Amino acid sequence: MNISDEELLKLLEPAKQILPPKIFNELYEKVRGIPLTRDELSEVVNLAVNEYLNTLIEPGEPIGTVAAQSVGEPGTQMTLRTFHYAGVRELNVTLGLPRLIELVDARKLPDTPIMVIYLDEGHRYDREKALEVARRIEITRLENVITRVDIDLITSTIIIDLDLEMMKDKGITTNTVVKALGKIKAVSQGVRVDEDDENRIYVEVPSNYDFLKTQKLRDRILKIKLKGIKGINRVIVQRRGNEYVLITDGTNLEAVLKVEGVDVRRVFTNSIYEIENVLGVEAARQALINEIHNVLEEQGLDVDIRHVMLIADMMTLTGSVKQIGRHGIAGEKTSVLARASFEVTVKHLFEASARGEVDELKGVAENVIIGQLIPVGTNLVRLAMNPTLARSRGDR
Amino acid sequence: MRGEVAVSEEKVVKGIKFGLLSPELIRKISVTAIVTADVYDEDGLPSEGGIMDPRLGVIEPGQKCVTCGNSIVACPGHFGHLELARPVIHVGFVKHIYDILRATCRHCGRLKIPEEELNRYFDLLKRLEGRWPLLARGLTDYVRRKAMKAMECPHCKSRQFKIKLEKPTSFLEEGPGGSRKLWPTDIRARLERVDNRDLKLMGHDPEFARPEWMVITVLPVPPISVRPSILLETGIRSEDDLTHKLVDIIRTNDRLRESINAGAPEVIIEDLWDLFQYHITTYFDNEVPGVPPAKHRSGRALRTLAQRLRGKEGRFRGNLSGKRVDFSARTVISPDPNLSINEVGVPEEVAKTLTIPERVTPWNIDELRTHVLNGPYRHPGANYVIDPSGRRIDLRYIKDLKAIAENLKPGYIIERHLKDGDVVLFNRQPSLHRMSIMAHIVRILPGRTFRLHLAVCPPYNADFDGDEMNLHVPQSDEARAEARVLLLVQEHILSPRYGGPTIGGIQDYISGAYLLSSKATLLTKEQVSELLAGSGYEGPIPEPVVLSPKVLWSGKQIISLILPPDFNFRGKANMSAGPLRCDDYECFWDSYVVVKRGKLLMGVLDKKTLGSQQPESMLHWITKEYGNSFGRKFMDNAFKMFLRFVEMRGFTMALDDVKPPAKAVEEINAVVEDSKKKVAELIEQYNEGKLEPIPGRTMDESLEIRIMEVLADARDNAGEIATKYLDPFNNVFIMARTGARGNVLNMTQMAALLGQQSVRGERIRRGYDGRTLPHFKPGDVGPEARGFVRNSFVGGLSPIELFFHAAGGREGLVDTAVRTSQSGYMQRRLVNALQDLRVDYDLTVRTPSNSVVQLIYGDDGVDPGKSSYGNAVNIDRIIERVVGWKL
Repeated sequence: MNISDEELLKLLEPAKQILPPKIFNELYEKVRGIPLTRDELSEVVNLAVNEYLNTLIEPGEPIGTVAAQSVGEPGTQMTLRTFHYAGVRELNVTLGLPRLIELVDARKLPDTPIMVIYLDEGHRYDREKALEVARRIEITRLENVITRVDIDLITSTIIIDLDLEMMKDKGITTNTVVKALGKIKAVSQGVRVDEDDENRIYVEVPSNYDFLKTQKLRDRILKIKLKGIKGINRVIVQRRGNEYVLITDGTNLEAVLKVEGVDVRRVFTNSIYEIENVLGVEAARQALINEIHNVLEEQGLDVDIRHVMLIADMMTLTGSVKQIGRHGIAGEKTSVLARASFEVTVKHLFEASARGEVDELKGVAENVIIGQLIPVGTNLVRLAMNPTLARSRGDR
Repeated sequence: MRGEVAVSEEKVVKGIKFGLLSPELIRKISVTAIVTADVYDEDGLPSEGGIMDPRLGVIEPGQKCVTCGNSIVACPGHFGHLELARPVIHVGFVKHIYDILRATCRHCGRLKIPEEELNRYFDLLKRLEGRWPLLARGLTDYVRRKAMKAMECPHCKSRQFKIKLEKPTSFLEEGPGGSRKLWPTDIRARLERVDNRDLKLMGHDPEFARPEWMVITVLPVPPISVRPSILLETGIRSEDDLTHKLVDIIRTNDRLRESINAGAPEVIIEDLWDLFQYHITTYFDNEVPGVPPAKHRSGRALRTLAQRLRGKEGRFRGNLSGKRVDFSARTVISPDPNLSINEVGVPEEVAKTLTIPERVTPWNIDELRTHVLNGPYRHPGANYVIDPSGRRIDLRYIKDLKAIAENLKPGYIIERHLKDGDVVLFNRQPSLHRMSIMAHIVRILPGRTFRLHLAVCPPYNADFDGDEMNLHVPQSDEARAEARVLLLVQEHILSPRYGGPTIGGIQDYISGAYLLSSKATLLTKEQVSELLAGSGYEGPIPEPVVLSPKVLWSGKQIISLILPPDFNFRGKANMSAGPLRCDDYECFWDSYVVVKRGKLLMGVLDKKTLGSQQPESMLHWITKEYGNSFGRKFMDNAFKMFLRFVEMRGFTMALDDVKPPAKAVEEINAVVEDSKKKVAELIEQYNEGKLEPIPGRTMDESLEIRIMEVLADARDNAGEIATKYLDPFNNVFIMARTGARGNVLNMTQMAALLGQQSVRGERIRRGYDGRTLPHFKPGDVGPEARGFVRNSFVGGLSPIELFFHAAGGREGLVDTAVRTSQSGYMQRRLVNALQDLRVDYDLTVRTPSNSVVQLIYGDDGVDPGKSSYGNAVNIDRIIERVVGWKL
């Protein structure tokens, strides 16, 4: 290397004017690492600048259609099945085409909701500590910690036998159960623990309950939440690198963020809807990009991220996540003809005439319908020759 | 070409206003009132004042229209009208009528919101209307809903009653004395009272859509051209569904009117009125929920107005968004490696039917004369001559072609046959991409199929098992210019999906490239000449690598001749995997490709360097750096050379290529027996309850998972053994290794065994109770009983194995069928949602209404199609280009 750093920077100056900083820095770092003559260096710089300028998009490019085709076309090559979640045999995740459709539909709840929860400094290195957090998150209902439930019709009580081992595993005491039972209004007065056996609980059924009602009460009692977060049915502790993470079946972002021991910055959920509600549209947009890109990547399909970004931007344009389809973007178009040509044709036509709407014919679909050139691409150029003017000049 | 240049004024439709027809307007448009239900009189002529009245338009060709004087081609048809004896509700507007009735006062007709509030909303609406149509809509919805809640009119203080909609078309008002039916006359009277400004606040435009017009008093009768009758072979007239429905309407109308005039009891009139309502309802829409569809005599439901518009084959999607076109052709495709990838072979027959209008000029007059002289039946001929006055001369009926040819002058237009060098659009469905329609240059060839180069199969997703493709001939100069510049195949080598080539070598091209570039290939002078002649190379031949006993050239030398002289490239070959892997120069297996200054120094060329859909490959850099045109020429030439070499050397696949030797068979058997034993052990453990369950799974599931693992291993091991014993230079192996066709799994299945067949990711389970086939004992979960195929394709399957294989194979078929429909719909929605977006001159992405979607496209303004696999600039590659020769 016979070019000094100073001179190098000077030679790179023209590139600095044009290239974005990220590309320029990469160029600078890479060029510095290899011996180049001045001629070679200037050729590299020239090529880099030219390539950058050539690669910029051209005005008028119908980029929406290109994006839609780029994501839609590989859809035919995708599989339909669900797969086991990376490394966890117990969980299935929807991937491939069904997941893509789900994302584009902006469904409220994914087919297989999943969270990946990273833990904070204090909990992430120790399996026991991680389990502790897991217990706080996993929902435990009364039915999970009992061995037996009986209805004693003579004394009209419900007898619950607790499972000591399960209780210990879930970190629950008899006391918590009693407290939870106390929250049910119908029986709040009649809950008591057996004097000899603290694992047996009697619940007094109100006297006006008939048999059917009592059975319903029993079922209700069994479903009581003792601990954990609603919506999260199972938590699995998994080792990733040097830390433990929690993978859950079910999702409830808002509640999980409040749990002690969770690394708030690294909580992941695959529910776009929850992300939108808790973290806002911008986060939802990013989540959409990540999720769509992951689905395509996982199937081994090459799709440029810019196409995915455009789809996500379009879905979040109005400030909330909108479905791609009848109830979202396509249904909210201003053009009557565009809506009518997509789905539910007749309804849109009646609606338009009842209101006296005007179609301004600015979009693609409308202009195809009436047989005019579409307002993208080469037809975006508004240039016309005035033949009379041209002729008069020629005469002169 | 003296005289006036024809400058046609271009008229652009700026907008379309939707609205309702008022009764006055309907009468004004109408050319006649329909007064009789008779369609034809005794003589079989359309009766005056009937539904087929000649004033409604021409029915038969050759006649002149009574109303406008045009012939059948030019007459647009004319509306008539029918005065209804009683008004009727229009089904399409039931919801709007319902909303307006509830939101306005039953007495004074005002919107049930206090005056000052109304003023405020009105001001707000004015401001929102132009710029925020969605918000304006939200406001009108809000106002309407708010007004509905008021139970007392704030204007006239009269009490309001709840109105109920009894679907489909009846309204009930629940007054203090019980509910009362609101007849269309009552409804119309109420709607007439509604204030214009109040309507605006409810989102209606009173000038074009007064609500009382939603209750029909006069029915427009559509022209005959909308509902043509068909003359059957038997001579019987068959009327259109709409005509049938209109006859029903007129009949009921007459009966209703007569009953009213005769002073019939109220009940009878009301019944008739309901019937009348039914007919008009089904006339507009025959699929209204809750209304039995009107039937044809044969029992088929009538296809009335709404049905004509709806659905995939309806007016909108079938005729307006997609249209049938002239100047197109469709036939079977077949391959032709001698074409350029830009070309398409067109049969002469097709070329004689498709024409291009060419204007006669002093420069082409001689050529066009020969076309005219050839006439419509000899190939480079012409079908029509259009003289400057616009008269069209059909050359089929001209005996003296010479006279016409001599008479040609600039200003004539010749519709000449398609010929070599013309540009056409070529398409294969499903058109999922823009690469599904590309422009090709015509080559007229004998035969009756379209011919295309094999390298363009991937973008079209075409093969030659009977695929058909479409061809369209652009008719205007603008269209042809656009096709040449933007749509030509070479402009689509690089895909906008990921910034890499979609077009490239496939199958034999890759085998050929590998064989030619392999170290073992040495070529005689004759062979070199043949290869180079085939590739169109002109220039000196380099020094041979071997001088004695014979002069011989290496394949790499020959390939180097057609590489650009300043091209540098380094990269792995497809072969570079497993035991043949190489990461750098030191490569024993020749699987690391190095090109310096246009010389292929080492490495074999295969899928990774030349294949289609391989980003950052040699082919990618050649097209990107030397331009599309060079890339196309390179492919044309190189691929021809590779094929020539394959032909020279011979390349085939034989049974012996996949037949494992006896020793291998023995080993495979041992592996299979071993895993069967393992499975038996697992089952035993399970039966004894000693099987260790997988956490979170039941015992049954755990057993199943374990067995599947063992059997999957068995296949992998057997495959490994088989491939180990097969000759690594046999043709099947070469194809799998270079990526030309097939993979190791295919070879395993041919040589060793098929392995476990699965349905829904599980071993095959369904069939009889507890067993898959009656050949097994109930409860048998052993490998054979659950679809494990231990034979190979070469060895042959047992009948039971074949059954399981078919079960697994069917799942694949079903899967594909389901997937295509699902993904097709998803793509339709995606395209529909995004099609209006475009990049503006400031590199923002905008919608047609100019709202910004992205401030700069893709965060960096880079076109993925022009990028290097997603990156704006690939600096490593640039450095390699410049100094790769010395690194």
